[in-house]
Amino acid sequence: MTNPANNQVLPALIRVHPRLLFIFALLAFFSAASFAKEAVPIAADEKVEQRLISISEELRCLVCQNESLAGSHAELAQDLRHEIREQIKQGKSNEDIMTFMVSRYGDFVRYRPPLKATTLLLWFGPGLALVVGIAVLLTYLRRRNTRLTDVALTPEEQRKVDALLQADGSKNKAQS
Amino acid sequence: MNRFLIPLGIFIVLVVFLAIGLNRDPREVPSPLIGKSAPAFELPQLHNPALKFSPAEMQGKVWLLNVWASWCVSCRQEHPLLVELSEGKVVPIYGLDYKDQRADALKWLRDFGDPYTMSIADSDGRVGMDYGVYGVPETYVIDKAGVIRYKQIGPITREVLDSKILPMVKELQRL
Repeated sequence: MTNPANNQVLPALIRVHPRLLFIFALLAFFSAASFAKEAVPIAADEKVEQRLISISEELRCLVCQNESLAGSHAELAQDLRHEIREQIKQGKSNEDIMTFMVSRYGDFVRYRPPLKATTLLLWFGPGLALVVGIAVLLTYLRRRNTRLTDVALTPEEQRKVDALLQADGSKNKAQS
Repeated sequence: MNRFLIPLGIFIVLVVFLAIGLNRDPREVPSPLIGKSAPAFELPQLHNPALKFSPAEMQGKVWLLNVWASWCVSCRQEHPLLVELSEGKVVPIYGLDYKDQRADALKWLRDFGDPYTMSIADSDGRVGMDYGVYGVPETYVIDKAGVIRYKQIGPITREVLDSKILPMVKELQRL
């Protein structure tokens, strides 16, 4: 099937689908009035909102405990974000707000676990396990290499091996 | 023999860790307020909003602060236990009505019984936030000096009541 050249498509459209053309004309007419505008921001103060987002991304939602406070739709999350927004407007620093949250909900409210004596194993455990695992693997492989050395056959044993192999070979030939 | 002992030893250690870890409730968030003074507040009483309540009034007494709400389904599980506890007059129970409507709360107490010496209306949940409330119900055991000694997350069961809360209350009342 050959494609019509572009300058043949529109006349073809008018001829074959007058209703379609009518619909296009209607759409073109009405869409002239509706120029898309930039979405109106919900909150008046964008800087406050940006700080709110960056702070709440570092906090955990305690209801949906794998989500950060920034994304959660839980009611408690909304309440806490509202509280943070109020505190930002009051001029509190990021540290003040973090302290506020941690003193009420504990370290778990931090989305990233803090580096303390109690969380050392949490932070470095996997890395340590990897290093130990590799060390064990290398030691094991090295020991294996020393065990699997080739032992040379004495000439006597070599002759026995040859004889056995020949006997085996002729047996196979007889059977096939 | 030694070849088997080392993996076996590691396995046993792993099993011990798993046994401890998997038996814990991952959703429980331990409260940093244990051992600290109960945060101060002043809120209207539920039944009589013209009057206020503040935890400072409870100095010198051991008491329970139970966070509840009429919309909370789990609260109904522990409620009969609270009613029973209040009838024994062992320890006063104060209710923090969390993010609730007054009419709904009053109706709920009428329907299911009122174990509270008094209920306090925390309509916007701000006091709950100061207490680190992240779910309902939660219960705090507060001693004579106004220090939080224990926080129960979730409904109180008879087991928790008998093994943890009542012995602690009796001990704190003795001091």
